[in-house]
Amino acid sequence: MSVKIAIASGKGGTGKTTVSLNLFHHLKTQATASVQLIDCDVEEPNDALFLKGYKKQSEEAIHQMIPHIDTSQCTFCRQCVEYCEFNAIVVLPTANFAEVNKSLCHSCGACTYACPVPEAIIEEAHPIAQLSCYGNCEHTSLVEGRLNIGSPMQTLAIKELLKSHHVNADIQLLDAPPGTSCPVVATVTQADYTILVTEPSPFGLHDLKLMVALMRELQQPFGVIINKYEDNFKALDDYLAAEKIEVLGKIPFSSNYAHQYARGALLDDIPDTITTAYQAIITHLQSKLLQYA
Amino acid sequence: MKIAITSSGDSTDAKFDLRFGRAAYFCVYDTSNGSTQFIANEQCDAQGGAGTKAAEKMIELGVKRIISGDFGPKAKDLLNQFKIQMVMLDDANSTVGVIIDKLSV
Repeated sequence: MSVKIAIASGKGGTGKTTVSLNLFHHLKTQATASVQLIDCDVEEPNDALFLKGYKKQSEEAIHQMIPHIDTSQCTFCRQCVEYCEFNAIVVLPTANFAEVNKSLCHSCGACTYACPVPEAIIEEAHPIAQLSCYGNCEHTSLVEGRLNIGSPMQTLAIKELLKSHHVNADIQLLDAPPGTSCPVVATVTQADYTILVTEPSPFGLHDLKLMVALMRELQQPFGVIINKYEDNFKALDDYLAAEKIEVLGKIPFSSNYAHQYARGALLDDIPDTITTAYQAIITHLQSKLLQYA
Repeated sequence: MKIAITSSGDSTDAKFDLRFGRAAYFCVYDTSNGSTQFIANEQCDAQGGAGTKAAEKMIELGVKRIISGDFGPKAKDLLNQFKIQMVMLDDANSTVGVIIDKLSV
């Protein structure tokens, strides 16, 4: 059985990518070889930039099924228009016109259900994103989703990405998109456990609160990692204590390490203080979750 | 010819609405007899596709020219297909009546 752990944050720039890559790296050296990183930030995936020595193994398209209305079969009854929640269908009986707007369609299938004429509405596959696998030898270490430019179908791309047969390791780390909106929900609801990465700043705390509210509403288990920790922002510690939120670990702030990130050298010569922090987090996660993997 | 003017209310005293898909009302002015008809935009608060639906409504009504502040890309595409003229007017202060008067000159 596999365990899926999402890494999310609310605020951007708190360190989702840093934490995801470090957990991936340290799990591999400390716990098990069967770890995969899944880059669910399909609008701007960047994990691949930091995994040197891993080659792209394969690339395939993620499709969205979009209905096409055959106007030679259509009776222009407008049943599909009535059923469509997304205002994606335009039917003009006087003009013998019937069209589905691709950027409004959510592929819910209601129109095909509503249509009384068989064959009048046929679903066609349209590519919306690219799924890429990276790894060495046979093993796939990173599965990345990358939304096509102009496509607004983030959530569908994430759902299809996570359904892929390429996602198959014992431990799957889902690097979530920033924010608290639909793409984040699509990621964390697929996970067994979510790690919220925060930083000791008012903005970090503000968005952490939003993320905690979201996780509680979704009834998903979660814990917090404080990244860039300097013991200089008491409000965050007070909030976590008052809300009885589990702190999985604190990663000390390091200016040098930030420079390393900027150079893309996140996993080269990781400072000892940071390695120690991640090792402690993994030991904790092992007793908590990974025994089920 | 029928001309639609986006309106914030249901009379010619109402302010011109700069939005097309999200306009509160459409005033359909018929140049052949000078009549006006106000149609509430049921989709003005829609989550999405308001412009598409507004364009569909215009085509159904047989409107040939629309006067609004601007038109979104999806509405534009559809209106172009049906050769409906889009007139952009950057005038948030005029009433619909004033615009109709200008058309009649």
